[in-house]
Formats: sequence, C-alpha cells, structure tokens
Amino acid sequence: MSGITHIKSRTVVLPTKDIDTDQIIAARFLTTTSREGLGRNLFYDLRYNSDGSENDKFPLNTSSAKGCEILIAGNNFGCGSSREHAPWALLDFGFRAIISTEIADIFRNNALKNGLVPVVVDQDIHRWLIDNPGVEVEIDVKNATLALPDGTVTSFPIDAFAKYCLVEGIDQLGFLLQHHDEIANFEGSRTWKP
Amino acid sequence: MSRTTLFDKVWSDHVVVTETDSTPAILYIDLHIIHEVTTPQAFTVLREQGLPVRRPDLTLPTMDHSTPTTPVFSFKDLAVVGESAANQIRQMEINCKEFGLDLIGFGNEQRGIVHVIGPELGATQPGKTIVCGDSHSSTHGAFGALAFGIGTTEVGHVLATQCLLQRKPKTLAVSVDGILPTGVSAKDLILAVIGQIGVNGGTGHVIEYRGDAINGLDMESRMTVCNMSIEAGARAGMIAPDDTTFEYLHDRPRSPKGADWETAVARWKTLRTDDGAHFDKSVALDTSVLQPMVTFGTNPGMVVGIGDPVPDGGGDPSFRKALHYMRIESGKPMTEYDVDVVFVGSCTNGRLSDIRETARILQGRKIADGVRMLVVPGSQQVKREAENEGLDQIILRAGAEWREAGCSMCIGMNGDTVPSGKLSVSTSNRNFEGRQGIGARTVLASPATAAASALRGRVTDPRTIS
Repeated sequence: MSGITHIKSRTVVLPTKDIDTDQIIAARFLTTTSREGLGRNLFYDLRYNSDGSENDKFPLNTSSAKGCEILIAGNNFGCGSSREHAPWALLDFGFRAIISTEIADIFRNNALKNGLVPVVVDQDIHRWLIDNPGVEVEIDVKNATLALPDGTVTSFPIDAFAKYCLVEGIDQLGFLLQHHDEIANFEGSRTWKP
Repeated sequence: MSRTTLFDKVWSDHVVVTETDSTPAILYIDLHIIHEVTTPQAFTVLREQGLPVRRPDLTLPTMDHSTPTTPVFSFKDLAVVGESAANQIRQMEINCKEFGLDLIGFGNEQRGIVHVIGPELGATQPGKTIVCGDSHSSTHGAFGALAFGIGTTEVGHVLATQCLLQRKPKTLAVSVDGILPTGVSAKDLILAVIGQIGVNGGTGHVIEYRGDAINGLDMESRMTVCNMSIEAGARAGMIAPDDTTFEYLHDRPRSPKGADWETAVARWKTLRTDDGAHFDKSVALDTSVLQPMVTFGTNPGMVVGIGDPVPDGGGDPSFRKALHYMRIESGKPMTEYDVDVVFVGSCTNGRLSDIRETARILQGRKIADGVRMLVVPGSQQVKREAENEGLDQIILRAGAEWREAGCSMCIGMNGDTVPSGKLSVSTSNRNFEGRQGIGARTVLASPATAAASALRGRVTDPRTIS
C-alpha cells in the first residue's frame, strides 16, 4: 500500500443516517473470492432501478459526482456487518475518504486498513457539507485536518498508529509479524491454555 | 487492588504487548472461527507472503453463510446457490486443506452457523478471546468471553499471528433488573435495549449485561441478547459466567475434562465485575414495561411494543425514508399489517429452545393461506435434537418448511430470499433495506411472535394465541 498524505476533491453527499454495510454492498455480491471489481455493485439497490436502469435521483449517478473522491454521509455510516467488502467497494468505485459525524467501529477499522480515510467532524461542519454538495475540500492526513473552501481548517480524530500506517503505507501484518518473539513468549508463559 | 470489570479481566489476560499513545495493544486470540465468505482474500494474502496458519488448533472453520439450506449431497447440488457461491464454498475446502485446518464441512454432523456451533461444541468458554469475520461474534460473550467481529484483513492477521492490533474499548453497563413478564423473551428484551440506546448507543464500547433479569436467563437466551450487541453499535457484549454457564458447558466435545474441568471452573468463577468497578457509561432497562417487541423500520433501533402505535419520527427525513420503504404508517400498530413470509432461524434465534417455542405455538395448527414459513435450525445438531423431539413433524404438519442448517434468509445470499415488496416477520437480527432480498420488508421479532404471525397471516402478539 502506498502512503496517503493529501486528498483534495469535490464531494458527493448521501445525507441519510445509519447507512449500513448491506446498503453499501448487498450480501448477494459477497460470494466473490477476490477484493477486486466490487465498485460496480456499490450501493447497487439505490443506484439502479428494478429494471436495471440508473436511478437518476441517486447522488452518485449525477454528472457532478463523476470523479469525486470524498463521500459526505449521514450519521453512523457503515453500521452493521463486518464485511470488508464495504470499503473495498467504495475504494474500487473511486472514493478515498468518508466524512460523517460518526462512523461505525468495524467499518472504520476496515477502512483504515485499506487506505480509505474516515473523517469525523462536528455537527455544524457536517451540516454545511451536506447543504453544499460538490464543494472542493482538502484532507491533510498527516496533520489530521480538513480544509473547507472558505479557508476554515478543522482537525479530526484519528488513531496515531492508524495515521502512521496510512501516511507511510505500512502493512499492519508486517508490524505484527515483527513481534513474533513476544507472541511466542506469551504463548509459552500462560497459566492456562486455550 | 483496583476494582475491575469482567471485560478488564479478560482483556488484561490477553495483552501480549501493552498499548501506548503511538501503538495499539497486541491482543492474543484464543479461538478464531472462520467461514467461507469473509476468509478467501485472507488466505490469498497468506499464500502471497508464504505464511502458514500459526495455530490451526485454535482455528475452527465451517461453512454457513452462502451454503444452501436444501439438502446437499454433492457439489453438483450446489447449483441452487449459483456458480459464484458454489465456487466460494469449493475455495473454502481448498484453503482448509492447503493450510491444514479441520473443516467442519458438508456431511459433518457438527456443521452449522459459526455462532451456534462454537458454544455447542464447547469451544466457546468463559475468559477466552474469540473472533470471527462476522459481526455477530458478540454472541459468544454470553459465556463471559470477549468476542467480536473483525474484517478480512484482520482475519489474515489472526491466521498468521493469532493476534490482533487493538485499542482498548470503553465499557457500558446495561442493567436489567426484575422479572421478564410472561410471553416476553430474550429477543424482546434486546430489541427493547436497542430501541432505548439506539443503533449507535454502544459504539466504541463493550457492553456488560447485568442484573436479575439477565442472571435468570438460560444460555440460549443469553446468546440471543449478546448476539445483537452489534445492532446497538457495540462490538462485544458480555455476561458474567455462573452455574448456568458451567452446566451448559459440562461434557461438551471441546470442554475441559476431568481435573481440567475443575481447574477451569475455579478460574471461570473469578470472571466477575468487582463491586464498585468503574464503567464508562451505564444504562438501566425497566422490565415491567416490556412486551413482545417488533421493528417497524429499516434498522433494529426502530422498534415498538407490539400493541403500541408506530411513532412519527418528528420529521426526520431518514425516519420518513425508512417508513416509506417499509410501507408502514405512523400511528398504527404493527398488528394491522399482513405477513407474506415468516423466518425462524439465524445465529440470533436458531437454537433448540427457539425451535421448541415455535413448535409450541404451531402445535396442532395450520399457518395462514398464502404465508410461506421457513424454520431453519442453526446447526445440524439442533436439527437432530429437534427431530428427536418430533418438532420437525409439528412444523411440517402446520404447513411450514423444515430445512438444513445455515444462515438462510437472515442474509439472503444462499438461495433463501424474501421476494421484493413482501413483508417478512423474521427472528434474525437485521431489518436493513434489502437484507433478506431486494425490496424485502423485514420485521424483526421473537420466535413466538413469528410463529403467531404465521398462524394469523398478520403481525400477531403471541400472548393472544392460547
């Protein structure tokens, strides 16, 4: 994974609260054994009508959404299942960051491990972003800040280790494997065995 | 000595490397349950990096999500679930063989849903850390284990190192005192909890369920409660182990035996929250107001007592959108809606006690014309036990279907789906848009409410069935 330091993009807005991972990528698309190609099924039941035609009203289908790398979503985005197919699908579609007031735990973990940046902002900034779709914003991952078009810069919370891995492109499995000796010592010194 | 919670005790017993400001803790995992849907990409990483599975003995593989619930005798029969799912199931067999894992696969009498067979086999035990690439891993917390769902990258981490990088979560005490009113089940209780704290009320926290009402539950009911912790946003839910827990685990295939059993029980008895220990957050639920609960919207927090009118949401557009999808009106109780499909099963309510409760209500009756009812045991063992009690015959005589073990209609990726626009009363855990099939309208409920609704062809309070 290559390092991610800045993301500068126009935004696309999905204002609905509690968008769950079943909506992001429906279970019927999880029978794949690959990480690739999930973008075409992202938000499938919202993006397409029952006859297979595109739903013109869905924000991702509008011409202004083309090329947008930042998704502004309603509160509690990514709730529900642990499927990592959700961030894989968002990344494959072209998104590189999600901005919301709250992002569900497992989804956030999965996103961070794949280079999709979860950004949590306060209600006021969120409201402004929802009301102004398509504006260009800039995320500075290293400094954990979000810059709005009017020059406002706000910081967002991000775990220090997760940020380090994003910026430097560190593989967390590699980090864990370096602790082989500690893991072996732990296994050997336990007072009970699982 | 400082006073600590059940969660603190299990957590600190598994820390390989302590967390710092700049790095998370390395947490050891005692049991890793894996299934066909969230593991193939993890095995690909191991293969690419030339890594073995570190502890095959602590890895429990089975197949449940994309497997059909019609009888399958050979791989040719897998056509019912489609080529892609059949390929995924084949890949699981290949991966287990290549990495030396004992797969509980087709034809194995121990096969079933990941969160049903872990406890059934006695692999789920108090004080263990348990993970699976499935968010309902919280189920195992019913035994006083710390159990949570992980993504596929983390599945790879556990396969390769038996460890995870984790920040210590916060704690939330959910206290339920009193006695559950007659006709109110564990499912109703947990739906009421989620209704009270919301679908994000537990985000960042591990829940400990406490109080008389929780202590009075049997193990299968405790599993139903812990199972749905994730529906409140909490990754894990725990209940302190007690004699009910030990009795359940005694003599299970993978439980400790002989002197090891005595040693284990002595250790398990220490797994309790100390009096006065600190929780980051606490909530209490009043059992006296509980009644059978049903959902009316598109997340498990949109829930109402079965006799109460559906609320109006105060103009929230997301709430309106959910009611529009569900074709449900504010102000009317759910008992005014007709039912097309009824599903009893899943890791929430697919255990023997759930099948018994369903059969008790169906006994000597017929389900309503036009209703399709599926009863799907959570494991092949549940299936055998139910059949030994003749429950399958009661279910079949009532006009319902009795199928093979699997996730079935809970997730709609195995051939079992609810047709578009149809209303389903389901004992599963998620009423998300499209969860049970494109356009499916899901009402979550207990097995008793589901069975009663099948009989009347309408959402029905089980207390009205004599």
